Amino acid sequence: MRFDSLVDSVGHTPLVGLATLSPSDDVRLWAKLEDRNPTGSIKDRAALSMIEAAEADGTLRPGVTILEPTSGNTGISLAMVARQRGYRLICVMPENTSVERRQLLTMFGAEIISSPAAGGSNEAVRVAKGLAAEHPDWTMLYQYGNPANADAHYRGTAPEILADLPGVTHFVGGLGTTGTLMGVGRFFREHKPEVRIVAAEPRYGELVYGLRNLDEGFVPELYDESLIDARFSVGPRDAVRRVRELIDAEGIFAGISTGAILHAALAQAKKSVEAGERADIAFVVADGGWKYLSTGAYEGTLDEAEDALEGQLWA
Amino acid sequence: MAEVRIPTILRPYTDGERAVSAAGGTVAAIIDDLEANHEGIKERLLDGDDVRRFVNIYVDDEDIRFTGGLSTEVADGATVVILPAVAGGSR
Repeated sequence: MRFDSLVDSVGHTPLVGLATLSPSDDVRLWAKLEDRNPTGSIKDRAALSMIEAAEADGTLRPGVTILEPTSGNTGISLAMVARQRGYRLICVMPENTSVERRQLLTMFGAEIISSPAAGGSNEAVRVAKGLAAEHPDWTMLYQYGNPANADAHYRGTAPEILADLPGVTHFVGGLGTTGTLMGVGRFFREHKPEVRIVAAEPRYGELVYGLRNLDEGFVPELYDESLIDARFSVGPRDAVRRVRELIDAEGIFAGISTGAILHAALAQAKKSVEAGERADIAFVVADGGWKYLSTGAYEGTLDEAEDALEGQLWA
Repeated sequence: MAEVRIPTILRPYTDGERAVSAAGGTVAAIIDDLEANHEGIKERLLDGDDVRRFVNIYVDDEDIRFTGGLSTEVADGATVVILPAVAGGSR
């Protein structure tokens, strides 16, 4: 396949069947390999879409500074595009994210401002909103509330899945900014409303939830509960167990958040088997495992991996 | 009986316990039983007849907002997790 430039090659990722982990011929799992995007994650879609929307409405011009709260992947995707198009990029990143993500951001020329580990991404969002207020000349694309994030999946991810798997019955994706699930959910509500949309939400350790007041929580502005049908909370132990199964059984080397997504997909598969219904369950492989090797998730016992991930933003 | 995991912010109500036992066949009944033993906790979880916006409750890892809300069944031996809403996922 030939493209005029790297950004033109975003999307159109393979959908591959899980020959071993699918429970039966009637209930099958399909992995959407988003690690095949240019910087190796699904976030290339959202980043490119948000930048192109901001260019189209005149917010982004060469020389402008982009500010974004990110735990890594979105920053890396933005950095790749920003460098090519002459934008300065500042990422606000929780300090408890893996070293590889920092190294990659720096390599692509982004500047990093660290936010406190306690509170996780909520803190990064708070710090970034404060910086945006202090620097009105900076542009915050703000993936948690930018409709162009969800649109990337409405225009790309979802129709690609429907074209490759016309009999799709379920879509399972990770819940972070909610962009993937909102875009895919909206597409299927309009084009194939019987498809059930399943969210897998990472459940972190105590440090991340901190002493957050229950009246001051954070729900991304993009989130619309009516576009999803089930939501699973997945802890690090199950995520690591599944990510290892994916390597052992299918040869797919994925990041830890994909383990959480697969856990929810397998829970859905079990329900379908028990109900005696046919199911074609498409799930997202959000990225490869490369950026998380230093976390300890891929070696030692499950207990050791679980301990190693305590306090880390592993997804 | 179900095991209910309590987030840090609500542990003053449970004498610092991270998890407590509660009886009841639905989430609503579990919360009433929690209130009977840990007075004041119900008001922190519910706003009238609904779960508060920034509180998430999971029964065996499934968000009750998609499984029948407060009338979601809680089987004997189930795990109920209460968490504040935070940003998650690989962003």
